[in-house]
Amino acid sequence: MPDATGLELIAQELRAAQGAPPRTASGSPVIETIFFRGRGTLLIEPAHIRGVLAQLRASGYGFLASVHGVDHYPAEPRLGVIYELLDMSRVDRITVKLLLHSERPEVDSVYADGEDGPGWPTANHQEREVYDMFGVIFRGHPDLRRILMPEDYEGHPQRRDFPVGGEPVVFTHNERTALGTPK
Amino acid sequence: MSTGEEGGGPSTPTLSEYRRREQSITLAPLQEQLPGAARKDDSREELLTLNFGPHHPATHGVLRLLVTLQGEVVRDIKPIIGYVHTGIEKTAEDKSYWKVIPVIERMDYLSYYFNAMAFCSAVEALTEVEVPKRGQYLRVIHLELNRIASHLIWLGTSALDLGAVSIFLYCLRERELILDLFEMSSGQRMHTRYFQVGGVIEDIPRGFEARLRKFLEVMPERADQYGAILNSNEIVLQRLRGTCPLDAETLLSLGVSGPLLRAAGNPWDLRKADPYSSYEDFDFKIPVGTVGDNYDRFAVRLAEIYESVKIIGQALDGLPEGPHITEDRKFALPPRHELATSMEALIHHFKLVTEGFRVPAGEIYLPIESPRGELGCYVRSDGSSKPARVHMRDPSFVNLQAVSHMVKGSYIADMIATVAMLDPILGGIDR
Repeated sequence: MPDATGLELIAQELRAAQGAPPRTASGSPVIETIFFRGRGTLLIEPAHIRGVLAQLRASGYGFLASVHGVDHYPAEPRLGVIYELLDMSRVDRITVKLLLHSERPEVDSVYADGEDGPGWPTANHQEREVYDMFGVIFRGHPDLRRILMPEDYEGHPQRRDFPVGGEPVVFTHNERTALGTPK
Repeated sequence: MSTGEEGGGPSTPTLSEYRRREQSITLAPLQEQLPGAARKDDSREELLTLNFGPHHPATHGVLRLLVTLQGEVVRDIKPIIGYVHTGIEKTAEDKSYWKVIPVIERMDYLSYYFNAMAFCSAVEALTEVEVPKRGQYLRVIHLELNRIASHLIWLGTSALDLGAVSIFLYCLRERELILDLFEMSSGQRMHTRYFQVGGVIEDIPRGFEARLRKFLEVMPERADQYGAILNSNEIVLQRLRGTCPLDAETLLSLGVSGPLLRAAGNPWDLRKADPYSSYEDFDFKIPVGTVGDNYDRFAVRLAEIYESVKIIGQALDGLPEGPHITEDRKFALPPRHELATSMEALIHHFKLVTEGFRVPAGEIYLPIESPRGELGCYVRSDGSSKPARVHMRDPSFVNLQAVSHMVKGSYIADMIATVAMLDPILGGIDR
């Protein structure tokens, strides 16, 4: 794990290098560095995700271990996407996190290859899961369908405001009422 | 809205959105890329899309593969999953931390100790609870026993897929010994709830050690026998050797870890690379393959059984004295006898059982090495006694993406062998 200083250095490098691509509101790609329980997290501007991951790959973090979502409801922006990177030769991990507003939860997919470098093929299923569970749209993902829930399912069940057990169970006797079809 | 509300007459067969989507993934454009596809009338050039599973004995659960075939050659595979999705991650958000352990264990149902280990370690990292040395060693013993049990089920069912029937019975015979040991230490054969935040629930009972030593004596001998049976079976060898190899670089880009990656020659194992739970105390080797074909995948897992036996032996010899669970009463239940004498113990017990313990706000991703690869547990706490988010990065879920890369261009029989060697556990994939 990079220590707190190491994390700041990485953030500095990213800030220096990522200036050129589409500058958004804040301009800097790294919003915040979080060092918690010996593990470093970079909270970044969503627009820079592909660039940041590409640069971290160039500095050794070549293995994308996991992509998963999190919901910070009721705070806004509430939908988080987390990328866990691993450097196998130095046995070092770093977490990249971005936060999206629930009004427009869209971020670039890191799955496919693009002009800005190769993609991360492992993100395919994992981005689909985040889309399925949190409703985050990954722009440029070629096959963004639900993966765990049925195709015709409505809603995104891992969101914090999605009720637990709030779904009616369909039996023969309540087929009509449970599915909401008019009599 | 359809017009046939009465439902009496035959309605027009309009395709549902789902069916149309499904039909859109038949990969018709591939036909043009095939060599000699100009002869359109030749039936051998025709592509056939076949539904393989979800109810098929060779899919190890309810895995559904949409296979596009050209004759007997697999041209494309789309895995379709979600048939045993039970929303465990959502359920976990509604339970206090210590009640999450039983549901988490049911994700990957062959490696329940690993699921519990990943979750408990993540919570321990958040709360900064120390696990005493004896607890760590007992965890290692049970983790490695579980690894052997998981590999035995894999070996038995895989051999079954390859046409060797009797070895399944042998594997289950040895697995029975392991489950008996689990029953001794925890009272349960599967989903034991033995690991707790801060250690293990109980010390091992009298007689456990002797029985475990007997098992450790028997197991390598039996593993020799499995090797002897399968390595002299010409059919098994032909179906494994040289089939569906994939190089380490592609595997890494696909996020594949564990025995599949090691079979391709990359010795990445978290137990060695980033030791947790005192794995650094033990002397063991990481078996690696060379070419990364199905035979290497088989050989690596078989060799891991011997290494696990070695680890258990060392852990048992060096088992330190001391408490098996943290003495921090804010996290671990007080011993039974204290309840009768100590008011404080009674209060702690009451608090733990009713509300559970509170975890400081924060989030963490903690990976461990499961029998199938990197099993990472992400826990986010909002400061209450229930987790705000629990996510398992299950190795089966990620490794499954490699199946189409491995199988493309080989025979359908090799696909069966590859899925078997992939060792996907659908409970872990779907969660």
